[in-house]
Amino acid sequence: MIECNNITKSYFNENEETQVLKKLNFSIRDGEFVAITGPSGSGKSTLMHILGALDTPTSGEYKLDGRNIADFTDDELADIRNKKIGFVFQSFNLLARTSVLKNVMLPLVYAEFPRSKREQIARDALARSGLSEEHYNKMSNQLSGGQMQRVAIARALVNNPSLILADEPTGNLDTKTGEIVLKTFEDLNRKHHHTIILITHEMDVAEHADRLILIRDGVIINDYKTKK
Amino acid sequence: MKIVDLFEEIWLALLSNKARSGLTILGIVIGIGSVIAMISIGQGSQKSIQSSIQSLGSNLILITPGAQRGVGMQVSQGRGSSQTLKKDDADAILSGIAGVKSVSPEVSGRYQVTAKGTNTNTSVNGVVAAYSTVRNVNVEFGSFLTDQQVKNMSKVAVIGPSTRDDLFGEGASYSDVIGQTIRIKNINFTVIGITEEKGGTGFNNQDDVIYIPLTVSQQYMTGGDYVSTIAVQSENDKVMTSVQDAITQLLLVRHNVETADFSIMNQADIVATASSVTSTFTVLLGSVAGISLVVGGIGIMNMMLTTVTERTREIGLRKAVGAKRKDINFQFLGEAIMLTFIGGILGIVLGWIASFIVSHFFSIATDVSMFSIILSFGVSGAIGIIFGYYPASRASKLNPIEALRYE
Ligand SMILES: Nc1ncnc2c1ncn2[C@@H]1O[C@H](COP(=O)(O)OP(=O)(O)OP(=O)(O)O)[C@@H](O)[C@H]1O
Ligand SMILES: [Mg+2]
Repeated sequence: MIECNNITKSYFNENEETQVLKKLNFSIRDGEFVAITGPSGSGKSTLMHILGALDTPTSGEYKLDGRNIADFTDDELADIRNKKIGFVFQSFNLLARTSVLKNVMLPLVYAEFPRSKREQIARDALARSGLSEEHYNKMSNQLSGGQMQRVAIARALVNNPSLILADEPTGNLDTKTGEIVLKTFEDLNRKHHHTIILITHEMDVAEHADRLILIRDGVIINDYKTKK
Repeated sequence: MKIVDLFEEIWLALLSNKARSGLTILGIVIGIGSVIAMISIGQGSQKSIQSSIQSLGSNLILITPGAQRGVGMQVSQGRGSSQTLKKDDADAILSGIAGVKSVSPEVSGRYQVTAKGTNTNTSVNGVVAAYSTVRNVNVEFGSFLTDQQVKNMSKVAVIGPSTRDDLFGEGASYSDVIGQTIRIKNINFTVIGITEEKGGTGFNNQDDVIYIPLTVSQQYMTGGDYVSTIAVQSENDKVMTSVQDAITQLLLVRHNVETADFSIMNQADIVATASSVTSTFTVLLGSVAGISLVVGGIGIMNMMLTTVTERTREIGLRKAVGAKRKDINFQFLGEAIMLTFIGGILGIVLGWIASFIVSHFFSIATDVSMFSIILSFGVSGAIGIIFGYYPASRASKLNPIEALRYE
């Protein structure tokens, strides 16, 4: 359960304030599949970072499962990110000079997962993201953009999180691999009732979701159920 | 984060930049190596000085004329010309004080000595038979002076090996020396013995010396009944202090003075004086080397700060996927400690080799002690922690999004 009350986010540059998010109010129930869309620079990624407990709002409160994020310590937040949240970054953020498998296993390292089981779980997650096995031992910086994107998705899935936040997860993928990824998200949502929030520019991607939130200049201008 | 994972991360991180890790380790290796080598030189010379003081004789108390002028002054020879000690004082000490084993009254002076046309300038000591036991002087060939010869004022001499070399030629066989005549101040002496080689001891060379009967020396050279030193050997080291006090009392009474007109010190004082000098020396060497250890530590801090800056995005990502503060902290602190640990081990080996080379090729005594190994290992561990802590804790406090955006 996600609740945002009057969330604002401002950046300060030499005492000049730019308000990127302006008093957002909305909530997302467990098990929802939500797409967020809007023009470039409208504040989508900024909002995602806040929802993913990676960043804090300048004002307003963000409640995750009923508890205000501001009440948690740094380490508690790390734990929440590790166990509850799977985050796909718009710019992937893979560890360079590190193999695909090691990248995907990283959240398992911090979850203190048994070492012997990690690789199998990572391989499953990679398969669900549509990356073929020949790439698993490559270094992450030897991959194409689309391949990196799928590694980033696999890393978000690997801990079996109940909340998946994906920032343009299909942005670098062709239609076919994009469909594999969206199918995976759909399965997680339909079969396992995981909450999925994804950012996208493409309407046909947004239509996979049950609900669509439209943002412009840091304000929600539309929030509706899709036809499906 | 499990310990195995931590070690794996640390190891991979250090391997990923071998040149930089290697150079940083080198700084620590040099620091620790020089601390160990320097302390080993210092402690080695401390030991060798102590053992050469012991070789001067054991349980020794030395009484010299003239008032006490501080411990340091008394170590050197050539005290003032005050003449306050007499042969009678020595006799009184031997007969009147319990715990005294033997007493050796001595006079000394430097004279020109000739033999068979060669001549040399050497130290001529007027001694009694007890000298040989009190001063730990052994005769290699022939015999030492006897009490009979001292009493009869026999013109006999025992010479040191260096003096023999000077007068009779390098390594002259004893049969060519014993029985020969040498001239000191126009008096002929017959050589009756050659002492064992003792080696220079820093204070005076005990091999370049001639021993003649005390009575002869007093009669023909120094004149009068005065002696320049009374060396007393106590029965054991436990009675040293009480014997020393008793001698002081006895001499005060005998000389009929309030404040001592003689100075008295025991071997323990001499050892303590020499030790304090050499330990100052050790500390000095150690601290010079310690500076290079600190420089090595700064090298580690520099490397860790660079690493943290370079890997800011990585830190952000790790925190984003669940790394806690302590995970990041331990990872970077661990890298610093690992560097110092490897540097420490190699440094100990290097220090050991260096001190071996010094003692082997420059014949300077060295002594690699457990203390210096533990000290430098402790210091390097502390350096790893101290210099790694700041960069590590800085890394651990980064906000994940800010870190990920860092360029
Ligand atoms: N660290 C920052 N300092 C200052 N301004 C920032 C910072 N991060 C983001 N912004 C600004 O906030 C606004 C929203 O950025 P954000 O990344 O959320 O956009 P977005 O909706 O994700 O765009 P896109 O679709 O291109 O990814 C932008 O105008 C950007 O310039
Ligand atoms: Mg964005």
